[in-house]
Amino acid sequence: MDIEETAVKARAFSYFRAATIDQALDAHARAGDDARFIAGGQSLVPALSLRLQAPRLLIDITHIDEMRGVRREGGYLRIGALTRHCEMLSEPLVAEFAPLLHAAAPFVAHPAIRNRGTFGGSVALADPASEFPAMTLALDAEIEIVGPTGRRRVKADDFFLDLFETALQPGELITAIYVPLFKADQRFAFDELARRRGDYAMVGCGIMATCAGDRINDIRISFFSVGNTPTRVKGAEATLIGSSLDAERIAAAQAALEGDLAPPDSDEVPPAMRLHLARVLLGRLLGRLGESA
Amino acid sequence: MSGFDEIVLDDADETVRVRFVVNGRKVACEVAPRETLVDCLRNALELTGTHAGCEMGACGACLVQLDGRVVHSCLMFAVQADGAKINTIEGLTESGVIADLQAEFHRRNALQCGFCTPGMLVNAHELLSRVAQPSRGEIRDALSGNYCRCTGYEAIVDAIDAVAKARSESGGTT
Repeated sequence: MDIEETAVKARAFSYFRAATIDQALDAHARAGDDARFIAGGQSLVPALSLRLQAPRLLIDITHIDEMRGVRREGGYLRIGALTRHCEMLSEPLVAEFAPLLHAAAPFVAHPAIRNRGTFGGSVALADPASEFPAMTLALDAEIEIVGPTGRRRVKADDFFLDLFETALQPGELITAIYVPLFKADQRFAFDELARRRGDYAMVGCGIMATCAGDRINDIRISFFSVGNTPTRVKGAEATLIGSSLDAERIAAAQAALEGDLAPPDSDEVPPAMRLHLARVLLGRLLGRLGESA
Repeated sequence: MSGFDEIVLDDADETVRVRFVVNGRKVACEVAPRETLVDCLRNALELTGTHAGCEMGACGACLVQLDGRVVHSCLMFAVQADGAKINTIEGLTESGVIADLQAEFHRRNALQCGFCTPGMLVNAHELLSRVAQPSRGEIRDALSGNYCRCTGYEAIVDAIDAVAKARSESGGTT
């Protein structure tokens, strides 16, 4: 058998540990963009080992201070891109001001992966089956990007373009994610359906709602594992805005999913089954959201 | 670590010098950047208790403690660990901190071929140092990234559960 087909060792590359963002961007440019940034590496290392990727240069960004830490900044919680998944569980500011991320974190992979994987890395990879990219959509978060042409902030709604394709351009980095601070009139819910705990979800969903008493003033519902990108279900959202979460409205939102989602062909989870699971999950989460009034 | 100017891009298989503290001892070794931490531990440092299983973060046989937290040593390159403190199964064994876990695994037959055991023990050690009395559900959840292909998981969960109870009865001093 051809060794290249079975290789689980990365191709040779050079390694550079960047101390600043400027150093990281400069190294990327000097490698003729044949480079990859590495932070937690929990998805990148297997991709390199399987030789799905083979850059000349690996730029380690985990020691860049500017990309660390969680703090309040204006109306946002600024979560540094290097924040590890386990910190989403342990950091009090996340529990208080971005509770949806705190609720989603235990579902992200296994404990040892959470100890090393980073929030920014998960969003940058944009795996459609991952929890955190979808939650940035539900949260109406903004993604801060820095690159050769400067710094910009992109709404999560405009960030996820297609399968593993995002608004990030070659040589650009995510430095932080800005999450609007959780407010007293907001409610949230998260859950996923997986065959085994820690496995990729067959369907998952996070919801952020702004309420006046029982009335939903605004709601953002984001699914993952339903297609090429994390997906907001705007039809279902529209059926709920302006009303309360009674059984009839919940049923209408569930029915609307058929227009919102077009799950891909798959032997493991056929499209009709995935759509069914999405309806079940949405029903449960909206029920919980109603009870948490 | 050196500046970018010193990196020779087209001589990518040249080695770099890394230093860590492994099981309390300072060590330095020459590694190629593409060498994973598990390969470095097993080959250069001859610490073969850390096992290389799937080499893609699924099986948990390669778990080690890095700066106090359990990580997959197959999911990082040794150069990334430059400057870190690493504890392997050998170090945890020598220090005695998992002696009760090891005895309980042995007593309950919570291992057969033993391939998964170092990862199980490293993971159980982290769980019990964070949660004094985990439920069986929490133990299973913590082990969800560790595969065992011989004995199944019941005896392993039993052993960890028994140690958690014994430690809390003795005042949790271990």
